[in-house]
This record gives sequence, C-alpha cells and structure tokens, in this order.
Amino acid sequence: MKSNFIPPIGKISNVNGQCISLIGNDIDTDRIIPARFLKCVNFDSLGESVFEDDRRTFKGKHPFDLEENKNASILVVNSNFGCGSSREHAPQALMRWGIKAIIGESFADIFYSNCIAIGIPCFTLPKKSIDEIQNYCDNQSLLLEIDLKNSLAKSKDLNFNLEIKESSRKMFLSGEWDATSTLLDNKNLIDNKFNQLPYIKFNTNFL
Amino acid sequence: MSQNTLFDKVWDLHKVSSLPGGSDQIFIGLHLIHEVTSPQAFGALKDKDLKVKFPDRTVATVDHIVPTDNQSRPFKDNLAEQMIETLEKNCLEHKIRFFNIGSGNQGIVHVVAPELGLTQPGMTIACGDSHTSTHGAFGSIAFGIGTSQVRDVLATQTIAMNKLKVRQIWCENKLTKGVYAKDLVLHIINELGVKAGVGFAYEFAGPAIDELSMEERMTICNMSIEGGARCGYINPDEKTFIYIKNKLCSPKNENWDKALTWWKSLKSDENSIYDDVVKLDASKVEPTVTWGITPGQSISINQQIPLLDELSPNDKLVAKEAYEYMSFKPGQLIKDTPVDVCFIGSCTNGRISDLRVAAQVLKDKKVSKNVKAFVVPGSEKVATKAKQEGIDQIFKDSGFQWREPGCSMCLAMNSDKLIGNQVSASSSNRNFKGRQGSPSGRTLLMSPAMVAAAAINGKVSDVREFIN
Repeated sequence: MKSNFIPPIGKISNVNGQCISLIGNDIDTDRIIPARFLKCVNFDSLGESVFEDDRRTFKGKHPFDLEENKNASILVVNSNFGCGSSREHAPQALMRWGIKAIIGESFADIFYSNCIAIGIPCFTLPKKSIDEIQNYCDNQSLLLEIDLKNSLAKSKDLNFNLEIKESSRKMFLSGEWDATSTLLDNKNLIDNKFNQLPYIKFNTNFL
Repeated sequence: MSQNTLFDKVWDLHKVSSLPGGSDQIFIGLHLIHEVTSPQAFGALKDKDLKVKFPDRTVATVDHIVPTDNQSRPFKDNLAEQMIETLEKNCLEHKIRFFNIGSGNQGIVHVVAPELGLTQPGMTIACGDSHTSTHGAFGSIAFGIGTSQVRDVLATQTIAMNKLKVRQIWCENKLTKGVYAKDLVLHIINELGVKAGVGFAYEFAGPAIDELSMEERMTICNMSIEGGARCGYINPDEKTFIYIKNKLCSPKNENWDKALTWWKSLKSDENSIYDDVVKLDASKVEPTVTWGITPGQSISINQQIPLLDELSPNDKLVAKEAYEYMSFKPGQLIKDTPVDVCFIGSCTNGRISDLRVAAQVLKDKKVSKNVKAFVVPGSEKVATKAKQEGIDQIFKDSGFQWREPGCSMCLAMNSDKLIGNQVSASSSNRNFKGRQGSPSGRTLLMSPAMVAAAAINGKVSDVREFIN
C-alpha cells in the first residue's frame, strides 16, 4: 500500500503506469474487501486489506503481494469484475493500494459506477486483448500510457483502442466525475421535480 | 431501446436533467440508509459543507453489524458500537428518521421499508446496498448505490446515472409444490448467467410471477443483482395494493384513493418495447441448490454437479475454482451433501412467510445432532408476528436457535460466522468465497424450506419428501 495516498481531483485525462494482472471471472467485491473490514467509519485503512483472504491463500504469490507489482497502478482483469455487494469500500481499497485505472473484459454495474464516482476510469477490451496483456505481464512489466481524450493505451510493444462509456469519458475529461456540484447546479430543477412528483403529495403521513 | 415499460415511465418521471456528459440526473423518491455505507457519505457532506436537502426523503435503520444474540448496548464489539453510534449521531444531526433497535420497526432495511409502507409503486428508491432491487417487487425502480452516490442523494436527492436497458423475463405456468420463489430466481440466474443483467433492469412477468405473494416477489427482485441486474421489478397489481394498505407510512383516507388511482395507471403497456425478452417455464423448476462460488452455479436437487465439458467456455474458469474451493467432484450428486450450519434469514428470505414455510417443515421434527441451526428474523415486526403465531416455539422445539433481527450470517459482519471450511445450508443470497465469515467457509444457497429439510437430515435433502 502506498503511504502517501492522495485522492484524485479535477480533470483526469491521462493515466500512466505499470499494469498488474489479476486473472479470474466474477471476482466479487467480498473478495476485493471482505465484509469484516467494512466495520469502519472512514476508508483510510482499507488499502492494506485489499484481497486479504485471497492473498493469505496464495501465501505471498498473489499479484498484489509480488515485489515486481508494488508500484503498479493499472489493474487488468477479466469479466464481470466487482460483482456482488455495492460496497464502495472495494474500489476505495483498490485505490488506496495504488490502483488508478482498471482495464477489463467487463465490469459489474454498481462497481463500475462506484469507480467513476471516486475517479477510477474503467475501460473494456475484448477477451483476446486482455489475454494478450495478461500474458505479457506474466513475463515482463508492462508500462501503459492511457490517453482518455483519444481512448488509447500505448506501450513499447502493445497498443489498444480502449472502450469506455462516452458519458464516463466526458466526465473524467471535464472533472464532473465528482458529481455533487454538477447535480447541485440544477437546484431549481430538483425543487421543481420534487413539487411535480405525484406521490410526494399523497404521502402526507410518509414520515 | 425500450419504450413504455414501467421502467421507462418511472425513469422519465424522475428525470431532472440531461447532464453534460450524457447521463441523466434522476430524482430519488425514497432513500434508505444503514450503518455500513453511510458514515463516509455524511463525512463527505461535512467536508464539503453541505446539508441534507430533503431529510424527510431519507429513512435509516441498523442491520448489518447488529449482534443477534445480545443486542444490549454498548455492543460487545467496539467497532460495531462505534458504527451504530455514528449513525445515531448523523440521523439526529440531520433530522433523519431512524428506526433503531427496540423501536419495534428495526430490521434489515429491505424488509423494513416494505413492511412500513414506505416502498410504493412508481417511486425511485436508492440505498447503499446492492439488494435494494428488492423494492422493485412493488413496481418501484430501486437500485443499489455506493457511498459517493449516497452522499449525492443526501446533498441533492438526485444521482447521475445512465438509463438501463430493459429485459422482460416471462415466467410461464406455475411453480409446483415444494418449489419456491428462491428456486425460481436461482433457476433464472443459472439460465441467464451472473453477468447477463449488466446494463439491464429485469422486468419479471408472466403467470408464475402473478401467482406469487408480495413476499415471494421480493425474493425474486432481491436477487436480480445476483444475475447482474442492478434493478429488478414487477408491475404492481391488486396484491401490491393490498399489501401496502394500512401500513404505518402508507397513504390514508382520500390520499389512499389518490395513490391507488395513480398506482393503477403504472404498468408496462401491452405494446411495450423491450430490449430483450426471455421466456421460461416455471413448472419445470425443481428445488434448486448452489454448488459453487457464484449464485449462478446451481442445480436441481436431483442433478449432478456439472462436468467441465458440459459448461460453456466462459463458465469453465470459475467452475474449476469452484470445484476446488467447495471440495466437490464434477459429476457428484448435490443431494446428501453433509451440512454443518443451517441459516434461515436475510433480506432474501427472512420474512414471515419464509419462517412459516420453514416452521411447517420443522414441526414435530428435530434438527440433526451434527448441525448448528439458527434463524434470524428479518425485522422486529417479523419476530413479533412469529411469536404471535407460535413459530418461534416450533423453531426452538426443533433445535433451531431463535435470534434477534439483523443481516447476520448472510455477510457475517457480526459474530455469526462459519468456522474453517464448514458447509452451510443458507437461505441468503451469496455463496461467494468467504462470504459467511470464514475465508474457507462453503455456502449452499437454497430456499428456507430446503434449509429446514437439510437441518433435520444433516445433509442436503429434497423438501418435497417432507411436505406430502
């Protein structure tokens, strides 16, 4: 875990870093951060517990324990990564370990939106390309330069056209991934909507 | 793109704006919070010097960390105590209604909101919990969110989200005797896969769904997320309205009439357009049990654990992991697998009808000596009702431990945990590696009736042999 953790802020247009490959489909958020670590009122110490149980099982051989991966920041995964629980603790733990972007075959919906909301761009690639990256990482370290503006990933040997939801890409480039202030800008529209909704009126004893 | 489905109607009604990036700003009609995913959101509000915009639209309860053996305060677990205290403080400070332990209305958030009449057709409902899809059983559009989105809902009552596609899952015919909603939804997830629902809302429909009670419908919608769908719903009907009527927070008198008129107008049109439609025959579903480490890895009680060759290429990787983790051999029968722990409870199957069905199986029977069995009612209301009906006594007489309400061993954030590689027969929703509190613990998901049968025999059993 990186001790000098600084959360991302503002526009995100590039992520440059070393890839860390984690093989497996349907890796759920319970595995990313087991429930016992959710007993906390802030996210600060989650980085050290990321994949805790899997890492114990692999006794030092888990990708997140390998010396050569200790400075990696781009996680490369397979399909349906982050399925299960909505716990934002999962991407928060990854981010606090050092992950700044994720490339995968596919992501679970809630995990994906949690990543966007905290400033971790998630990209998809076809299985063939993911296999290519993961095989490459088996033998040597892969340094990728991700350019969000053009959705490109470049390296010495491998180049990819990354897929990312257009709305997510725009939000990273504009800095609006941190949505609260954008949402608050529409204060009047929110109030109008509140006044228009039929059920607000008939739920007088709602509370 | 879907048109004129209930999902489209409710989404459009709640759309506040199109955001510059292309996603929609959606108003959240009901926001539910609990102790695990809300403290950081309140912390973020403080950091940004923001207030809760509509405190009346957020309701809190405590469920994940509560002990189920002794709920007196302070909790023995200091961290759990700290979390409940933080929630108490945040609710007090922001004037949010909180159903605390002892209020008579505390319980698992997805059990509590419907039984209070908070969950209603046509609403958007969000909660920092993936099983928020449960509330879709009432024809609301309900989905799980993360803590940053909890912050956004508190501060703005809205979130930024891309509209989902809609898949209708049409369930023909009826479930047969001894086969329950849990079996149907496990079957659906097995048929479609655990990631088929990514990007979709699931509309469950057809004669088999119409036939289900509201509580059974909640079981179905609850597990949408296990099929990858963040949101699952059922068009409201008379059963929905009857369930809501006369609940603590439901509309009363002339407001009830207004509500009913509006709710009746809310359903997918006959000529709705779906992004996808899947049909299946509910009468073919049998009691279903998971054998692996995802909720999609399930088989009927009399089937064998699939051979690697029988699986699609995409499923092989996880199947190999599952055989190893579960210590099962491909081709082995699931029936007669010895179990160590039996758990009845959770937001999937911790409601009064679940307890009634299990009690029917357990009546005048004893839990096997080799099994630790316990039942955790979904809420204080469920517990009270069960006591009125004498169901708690049936459980106790059989050898089940009767506990206090909470999430308990569904995710094992309290002291209810598997030990070592124990096998649990569980009425909960996830059989992930380590899910029930032991990093090597093994979970077999099944209906509450099947858990009761397993408890009696000490091994996975066909509940139909108990109810003839």
